[in-house]
Amino acid sequence: MAKKKTTSKKTAAKKPVAKKAPVQRSAKKASPAKSSGGAPKKKIIRKSTRRKVDTGAVLVGMANDIATQVGALTDPGVDIPTRALSNVDFDEKAGMIRMGSNTQRRNFFNLGQAKKFMQTTLVAAGCSELIRQKKTTSIRDLFYHCKHTIEGSKENTFDEQSESDPIIEDLEVALASLREELGLFAEPKGAMVGPMVIEDNKDTIDLSKMGSGGWAIPSIVEDHIIKFKRGSAKYILLIEKGAVWRRFSEDRYWEKHKCMIIHGGGQPPRGVRRLIWRMHNELKLPVYVLVDNDPWGYYIYSVIKQGSINLAFESERMAIPAARFIGMSAYDAERFDIPKTVSIKLNDNDTRRAKEIMAYPWFQRREWQKEIKHMLKLGVKLELEALSNKDFSFITEHYLPRKLKDKQWLD
Amino acid sequence: MTTETLSKRSPSNRAKGGGSRADAESMAKKQREISVSEFFAKNRHLLGFDNPRKALMTTIKEAVDNALDACEEAGILPNIFVGIEPLNKDTRFRVTVRDNGPGIVRAQVENVFGRLLYGSKFHRLKMSRGQQGIGIAAAGMYGLMTTGKPMVIHTKPKKNGKSHRIVLAIDTQKNKADVSDHEETDYDLIPETGTEVSIELEGKFQRGKQSVDEYLKQTAIANPHARIIYQPPDACVSKTDSNGNGDSGSSMPSLIDDYAHAVQLAESASETTITPGGTVVFPRAIGELPPEPKEIKPHPLGIELGTLIKMLKQTDSTQLGGFLQNEFSRVSLRVANQICAAANKILGKEETITNRTWVSKLGHHEADAIYRAIQETKFMAPPTDCVEPIGVKNLLAGLLKGEKAEFYTATTRPPAVYRGNPFQIEVAIAYGGELGAEEPARVIRFANRVPLLYQQSACAAFKSVGDTTWRNYGMTQPRGGQPVGPMVVMIHMASVWVPFTSESKEAIADYDEIRKEMKLALSECGRKLKTYLSRRARMKREGQRRDVFQRYIKEVAKSLNVIDPKLKVKTLCEQLEEVARQRTVEADMEFDEDGNPIAKPGPGEAFADDDSTVVVESAKPAAMFIDDDDDIDDDAPKAKSKGKKPAPKRKSKSDEDDYDLDQGNLFD
Repeated sequence: MAKKKTTSKKTAAKKPVAKKAPVQRSAKKASPAKSSGGAPKKKIIRKSTRRKVDTGAVLVGMANDIATQVGALTDPGVDIPTRALSNVDFDEKAGMIRMGSNTQRRNFFNLGQAKKFMQTTLVAAGCSELIRQKKTTSIRDLFYHCKHTIEGSKENTFDEQSESDPIIEDLEVALASLREELGLFAEPKGAMVGPMVIEDNKDTIDLSKMGSGGWAIPSIVEDHIIKFKRGSAKYILLIEKGAVWRRFSEDRYWEKHKCMIIHGGGQPPRGVRRLIWRMHNELKLPVYVLVDNDPWGYYIYSVIKQGSINLAFESERMAIPAARFIGMSAYDAERFDIPKTVSIKLNDNDTRRAKEIMAYPWFQRREWQKEIKHMLKLGVKLELEALSNKDFSFITEHYLPRKLKDKQWLD
Repeated sequence: MTTETLSKRSPSNRAKGGGSRADAESMAKKQREISVSEFFAKNRHLLGFDNPRKALMTTIKEAVDNALDACEEAGILPNIFVGIEPLNKDTRFRVTVRDNGPGIVRAQVENVFGRLLYGSKFHRLKMSRGQQGIGIAAAGMYGLMTTGKPMVIHTKPKKNGKSHRIVLAIDTQKNKADVSDHEETDYDLIPETGTEVSIELEGKFQRGKQSVDEYLKQTAIANPHARIIYQPPDACVSKTDSNGNGDSGSSMPSLIDDYAHAVQLAESASETTITPGGTVVFPRAIGELPPEPKEIKPHPLGIELGTLIKMLKQTDSTQLGGFLQNEFSRVSLRVANQICAAANKILGKEETITNRTWVSKLGHHEADAIYRAIQETKFMAPPTDCVEPIGVKNLLAGLLKGEKAEFYTATTRPPAVYRGNPFQIEVAIAYGGELGAEEPARVIRFANRVPLLYQQSACAAFKSVGDTTWRNYGMTQPRGGQPVGPMVVMIHMASVWVPFTSESKEAIADYDEIRKEMKLALSECGRKLKTYLSRRARMKREGQRRDVFQRYIKEVAKSLNVIDPKLKVKTLCEQLEEVARQRTVEADMEFDEDGNPIAKPGPGEAFADDDSTVVVESAKPAAMFIDDDDDIDDDAPKAKSKGKKPAPKRKSKSDEDDYDLDQGNLFD
């Protein structure tokens, strides 16, 4: 009985996805045509890549679906697509990760799931209020909004934010909408500078005049908030860490080389990924990724390029299959004659993660296998900061220019 | 050692000063016999008179032990009276203990009360409370030393005769009684036969742990056949009196009146009661005496060489074979021959010992050989019918009265033997209810029905509780420590000779055999506790299940209403509750192999056929959720009107008697 229910539910949940798909495709098709001849400095023509889906209506649909199940005196439940490696497929043609069709049903009358089900409806109600009031808030805010003591008991609806955060992710995948569309944003993280002028919430900002800290990238970067005005950048450079990004900013690398420099504070948040995606697709700027030479660096690159497992349903709006891995490669130590003393031995955790990554379908290309194997063979990892062993500005004056000139990147 | 150091320092010094130092003759003048009484007068801590508080405790304990022993031996159901009268400034008391035992014939009074180490119990192997015959005489001696007042003894050995009143002090030098006054009187307080001892002593009265109260309470638990009436120092003392106003116009009854009232109450009450004057009545719970324990002869493996030599000197038997067979248990002619053969092997060729060897001809050398031969010989275990346990039924009855818990279980191990002495271990535990949950489990220890209050950590019983792995039975237990939780563990050791660690009889010595038996008994109870606890946990889980859904329904309905205001909270709630009903009924059912639903037993029902376990369905847990709102309390209007919580309903599977307890805790 439960199985039958699942299948019927799935089609219902899929509906909004099908609806939004054409919108997206048309936007994608439009972009290359319009910006094909787009030269730098030229005024950028506004075009929308934002979905025009009414997330509020999707929520109402979900609520009515539950009510129908309750009305039929059955155990109500929602289907939540599984967020795990087992439920993602690598679309080789498109070069990105796509979410599979596996779902998990979350039922109310199941002792292990009852509380989560209740919490899911609470979070959905909170988002529905936000959308109706046209407000945005942080996920921590929402946690406090939904937290209260359950009537007639001493139990709280939520005790920790760590309980509400995964529920938000569940809701995102179940409704196939981004958390930003639910009126939520994550703690902003990441900064950008470069030769470009943008409009942020109707304020015009010259990204070349952002001082030492750069422009903090907000969580919601859709085109109703962020508009690209004009600029002369020729490419985008994503740097893993804020500290290294600062070196590039201080050396005014972006001025010399006409590029946008961005950091995402480690694993880049959605806002950063979405912004890069928009610049790449709307402004036709190539993307280069500069990360530490360790398994985590490889993975950051792959998230930019193919999308993440958690947000696989959003790959089409996030993944940049043309992104290039500029460094650091396991071969760079030899190429740039970096002394062995600055390398760090791989620990068990690193080795395990490297082997995991090697097995991902999207790391199967020969160059990548060779790259990871080489790192494992050397048994060491290398941080971007290690390059400072030669000279503080070695990375901006020698390393990166030479790598770009010699086209020493991995695809 | 002194001489050694002296000689090393200055060898000449010794020769010079030799005259001024003691020589053998002058030293001999100072050497004289020390009487046992004198020894104990100086070492009173050995007998349990370390401090004023303990002295009061020990005095009562010794007198009550003697009283109970005397009654039981004479086949009389014990009626014991214990009175503590304050004499001045809370430091001096008169302790009076009276029994309805057989009384003491006039000629023996001096020996029984006036000499240390005089008694009927030391020279025999029979289960009894007293062992050495020190107790009551030592108590009298302590009283004499601290107050200068002799003991006053009333005893009436003949039902229709007169009673003797004897005033008796102890001459510590001669270990002899010193009777200053004696007369024959009519003493109303001993209606038939019996004995009363009155001792004045310096002491300190305190309530709580290790107190007289606690001792008597535990004595009542272990001796449900005894009736005890107890007048604490504050009984019949009105507040104005104690303030020294001398205004005796208070409404307090006199001690005698209150005692009479208490005697009446003892006949009707079924549970511990307190009279208006403050006299405590522990009524008799069981109207039959425990079976008379049999006296046995010592087992050969239980004696030491010195004892053997002494027995050889004192025996009436003339030949070795007769001696071995008559003085020991489990020695037959065949076994006696075996001992002789083994002894001959040890002695070598020079001498031979046979059954017919004269006992008087046996020297130390031979005795040693016989002793060693005994150790090599195989014997049957000693007879064990000489040990009388309290019994599972009585243990439970005692605990039910004494402790307010929800689960009770008890076990009696089969008799076992240590060092040739038969013994038997019993364990009872009470769990849950009103017992303190955060504290280590309380251990109450008994030896031959006597509560042991001191030196807990030195006692084998206490150690064996820590040795048992209570974690396996669902209790928390710090590494190497006592279990923590709402539990009382009662351990009783019955034996013809309880091995105490000291003369004050406070802790059971640590023999492997005893520890092993204790652990086995504890584990047996522990397993039953675990069965109960896991059942209780399952019931709780099932209850929670239903609760969980009930609790969340409103939240879900409200949330859906927020998302779409067209969805009505009330309709959703009703529908969800209907589903919940259907679901939980279905989930509660378990099906057997044929697909028929199985009825699940409640937490206590698992023990329906088990006589050793009692489960009390307490009203307490439910009451926790009930506020003081009157509308909820419809079920218990009676309890409400009394201003008390409803008394827990106690259900005993082992006994049809009703053990309903009064809410007022006696010693709170």
